[in-house]
Amino acid sequence: MSSIDKSKIDTTASRTRILNKLGATLATGKDRDARAEAVKTHLRQHKRNLVPERGNVEGAERIALFRAQAEAVAASVVEVKSADEVPEAITAHLREHNLPARVKHGDDPGLTGLPWGKTPTLERDSGPANGDDAVSLSRAFSAVAETGTLILVSGADNPTTLNFLPENHIVVLDAKDLGGAYEDAWDRVREAYGAGTMPRTVNMISGPSRTADVEQTIQLGAHGPRSLHIIIVNGE
Amino acid sequence: MDITSPAFKSNVKRALADKQLQRAMGNVKVGFVKKRSAARDKLPEFDQLRDQARDIKDHTLEYLDLYYEIYEQKVREAGGKVHWAATAEDARDIILKICQAHDAKTVTKGKSMIAEEIALNEHLEAAGITPVETDLGEYIIQLRNEPPSHIIGPAIHLNRDQVEASFRRAHDHLPDERSLDEVSELVDEARQVLRQKYIDADVGITGANYLVAETGTSIIVTNEGNGDLTQSLPKVHIVCTSLEKLVPTLEDVSTILRVLARSATGQEFSTYTTLSTGARREGDPDGPEEYHVVILDNGRSDMLGTEFQDMLRCIRCGACMNHCPVYHSVGGHAYGWVYPGPMGSVLTPTLIGVDKAGHLPNASTFCGRCEAVCPMHIPLPKMMRHWREREFEHHLTPRTVRTSLGIWAFLARRPALYHLASSVFIRALKLLAFGRSRLKSVPLAGGWTRHRDLPMPEGRTFQEMWRAGGHE
Repeated sequence: MSSIDKSKIDTTASRTRILNKLGATLATGKDRDARAEAVKTHLRQHKRNLVPERGNVEGAERIALFRAQAEAVAASVVEVKSADEVPEAITAHLREHNLPARVKHGDDPGLTGLPWGKTPTLERDSGPANGDDAVSLSRAFSAVAETGTLILVSGADNPTTLNFLPENHIVVLDAKDLGGAYEDAWDRVREAYGAGTMPRTVNMISGPSRTADVEQTIQLGAHGPRSLHIIIVNGE
Repeated sequence: MDITSPAFKSNVKRALADKQLQRAMGNVKVGFVKKRSAARDKLPEFDQLRDQARDIKDHTLEYLDLYYEIYEQKVREAGGKVHWAATAEDARDIILKICQAHDAKTVTKGKSMIAEEIALNEHLEAAGITPVETDLGEYIIQLRNEPPSHIIGPAIHLNRDQVEASFRRAHDHLPDERSLDEVSELVDEARQVLRQKYIDADVGITGANYLVAETGTSIIVTNEGNGDLTQSLPKVHIVCTSLEKLVPTLEDVSTILRVLARSATGQEFSTYTTLSTGARREGDPDGPEEYHVVILDNGRSDMLGTEFQDMLRCIRCGACMNHCPVYHSVGGHAYGWVYPGPMGSVLTPTLIGVDKAGHLPNASTFCGRCEAVCPMHIPLPKMMRHWREREFEHHLTPRTVRTSLGIWAFLARRPALYHLASSVFIRALKLLAFGRSRLKSVPLAGGWTRHRDLPMPEGRTFQEMWRAGGHE
């Protein structure tokens, strides 16, 4: 972070003033250790608050709920029986919507390892979005049935810009990674990255981009993708 | 931005006579209210979630100092830096210095009410840096050089034809004969115009709906995706936020997120909820190389421990203004600063002083809808009353109001005298009516009778009638 040092920004004095003021109001007359313990315990336990009953479904019902919720916010959803069928599901989608037979994706083994030989006419690029890509392809880290929300994480193999810059976004979701509630996704994040640690970016995505800024009229494709297509790999 | 809150009364007169504004406000009254109510009906646990959301914020505020120490540590571990700003001026300077350290020419901006509060755009422009608003509503009002009129729909006071006119004026490189009759055409044009700006920007500035102590994360909630392009394409991401945005854990923020969109736009969940933690990691093919969080106090720490503390629970959903009959009538600009509606009437006097914003807490019918729909159960009417009391204590209320209140208080404390005075007053009114059942004008009450007639009393007080009916 050399440039931060170059700009010589030091807000320690303000920090001390603000935190001391908070402390004077909040901590005066209270037991210091007890306060510290209360905070530590709350963070360590990270207890679930009330989780709506809606997401408390499993198996086929959970997938059905996810589908219904995602479709309600204008995503399109198809199910395939195995990962082997994904390339053809992609080309079918591109054909149906008159999109170019070219997708850009990251190096996620869940994508690079697909049997692309089945769709020789489909061109593939790898790397982050550059503004010229019409269609991007990502793999979901997890998803939440409650509101039809995809969870995508950034990393060496998963560029974030692919989720936003191209006009059309295709996401592959393994049914095994689908949870009922947001809290299920956080458990998975903790399991993968360790408690208290996060990837740089976690994107929760529910449908394609939209705006209602002009006369409250909902319009899809504001700045992000105009379309979101979800392929669920449901091997049972 | 210029503060016009002291001129609230003349702002209101202008707003009520503004036909374009009144047409636009017609959409607000119906749209938001129906959508919220439908979203609430679809989630049986909605009200229980509101109670828990309130408790989560109360808990956080009780331990705010300690949670911030942990939050800051976590940001540092993730390769980010937290900057503390006691005042708006501090915050502006910190952000400018970061931009200058990177020789920034243009910065893209996601929607941030804190950036509005600190008047960031003016400050950057004065230093030769071009800020580009990317939220469609913010982009429209930037073109028109207007402040936002709503905290989640900044251009809600405008109609389609006004947006079209602004686009034709600003995008003069595009052919004159192009059609902009449809909302979709306006959205497409903004999309095209802003596309390259995202890619060219040196710095991206966003707000934060929440900060998470457990992980050192900042969260933005959007529908357009502009915030994400703003923060993932430039080399530097600056989060511009304020002291009350912190929550302890991912579970806690999930509960609050469940009430946010439903209360705001009536969506079950906004399209994009993005959690950002620190800078680009080793091997990451994209994302910002630097991550800065600027935390603004600007009077918020003074609210802790006072009768205004509950206001720090506010999650900026806008439900209070969406349901406010005063806001529906006058729109957001009449309030004269950044935060309009009931939440603005409580917050603005804290931030710019009750001497400048004293009219705002008076602009309420106390119908209570704002408190009834607030997902965080903030007692907005009660706090507006606190401000009225302060205004009175500071002798800011006009002399006529003070005198009348003084007379009323004198009488109210003396029941016998009060009865006598009210029976005399009622008989005098009756006399004035000359047998009519309604009065078109009453001396000294012109403001009231200008818009409606005063129905005539029966000639006796309620208590007299009660006694005459044989009651004791």
